[in-house]
Amino acid sequence: MISEAIDNEQIEMLLSDVLEAHGYDFLEYSHASIKRRIIRLYALDNFVSFAEFRYTVRTDKQYFKRFLEEITVNVTEMFRDPNFYKALRNDVLPVLGTYPFIRIWVAGCSTGEEAYSLAIVLKELNLFHKSLIYATDINPSVLEKAKQGIFPLNYLKGYSENYVKSGGIQDFSSYYTANYSHAKFDGTLSEKMIFSTHNLVSDHSFNEFQLIMCRNVLIYFDKDLQHKVFQLFDNSLEKLGYLALGSKESLDFWERSKAYKRVKTEKIWRKL
Amino acid sequence: MAETLIKGKCEALIIGGSAGSLDVLLEIFPSLSDNINFPIILVTHRKSGNDALLSDLLRSRTKLKVNEAEEKDKILPGHVYIAPADYHLLIEDDETFSLDYSEKINYSRPSIDVTFQSAAEVFGDKLVCVLLSGSNADGVAGLKTVNDLGGIVVIQNPNTAIMSYMPQQAVNHIKAGIILDASDMAEFINKLVK
Ligand SMILES: C[S@@+](CC[C@H](N)C(=O)[O-])C[C@H]1O[C@@H](n2cnc3c(N)ncnc32)[C@H](O)[C@@H]1O
Repeated sequence: MISEAIDNEQIEMLLSDVLEAHGYDFLEYSHASIKRRIIRLYALDNFVSFAEFRYTVRTDKQYFKRFLEEITVNVTEMFRDPNFYKALRNDVLPVLGTYPFIRIWVAGCSTGEEAYSLAIVLKELNLFHKSLIYATDINPSVLEKAKQGIFPLNYLKGYSENYVKSGGIQDFSSYYTANYSHAKFDGTLSEKMIFSTHNLVSDHSFNEFQLIMCRNVLIYFDKDLQHKVFQLFDNSLEKLGYLALGSKESLDFWERSKAYKRVKTEKIWRKL
Repeated sequence: MAETLIKGKCEALIIGGSAGSLDVLLEIFPSLSDNINFPIILVTHRKSGNDALLSDLLRSRTKLKVNEAEEKDKILPGHVYIAPADYHLLIEDDETFSLDYSEKINYSRPSIDVTFQSAAEVFGDKLVCVLLSGSNADGVAGLKTVNDLGGIVVIQNPNTAIMSYMPQQAVNHIKAGIILDASDMAEFINKLVK
């Protein structure tokens, strides 16, 4: 373990470099987890010294790409938290279905598993044709994967179980074609998706939505940054629109949370 | 004895366990003193979906407040926190929790190593970490960091643990570890009280 050798000050200097040289601001991320990511990458890539690591991150564009990919946590799943998708299917999307058009923002979409899950639910509710899913992330590499809709086959069994638990009504395998290692999801599912980079820390509101999903992203932000992002979502959400967060995230301590009403027991709030 | 060395110095107690550790927790909790004046943080491997179960089991066995650790929660003395299933639990310098949904470590999330290491950096020599029964090696690397930074390492006696592999690995790697039977753990913990 080399973790003892690197102190908070060094981490902060590195993150200041990143902001200055590349324009990405990680200074308001939860400290313990970003520090862990940085130390992990530093150890993995066998740098001689932290100073050399810092220098490479600052000056080497190609390496910075790797840094960004490794520092952001891109782990995700289809139909993760089946009860959440059940609530979307039963309580949220049918309400939005009464609108002529449904605009959804999946912020921090990672490799797209969430957006494809959502598209499947919209299809089954017969709302897909009038929906548009904006899927964004800070990390351009994950968006490239998301566009493909190709996921490792060994996860599909778990996804299929999640799908059934979430109230899915079709044969899950009808949504993809499998080869020996991967499953490629039906191309029509991505027809209603727009992929784009968007940094929740520094980029602005770009549209008005009826549903914003941002799950398991805010756990990486400190409280102040979380509140700034809630403000961004508030600016991007129509009246009576819905905001969905991850199972361990909450709107409760935000000063404007009174303007939102929780939907049952899931982490979904409706703007009043 | 180590107990007297660290008496009154403990600022956090972390207990990590895997297969076979529930029995130990159920044995420890009824005997814990109501005067525990440091936080107790539990990191155990278990299936996601039955998060409330462990809390309920422990709550019925102690007067201490038992809750699932929530992100940004201030870590308070006399409280018992349980790492939520399927997230790593980290500790910030300002003694609050962070959750992390990154890759599994040692096939585990929460990983005991992650919490031990992150706590060691915050609490240093005022940390006590206990590793219980289990059948993988999660927790051992974490205990090493705890030991290196001056914290106290306690290991369940592998000979009496339901699953000996995890504590045995710890015993092999950390010579300074205090080895205890499950039946002696509550008393050891009570003695840490200031
Ligand atoms: C753990 S994943 C969550 C994926 C998915 N929402 C889920 O819950 O399964 C977190 C994602 O947030 C993205 N992210 C981190 N910081 C971000 C930022 N400042 N702006 C936008 N996305 C960000 C990461 O790149 C990563 O893909």
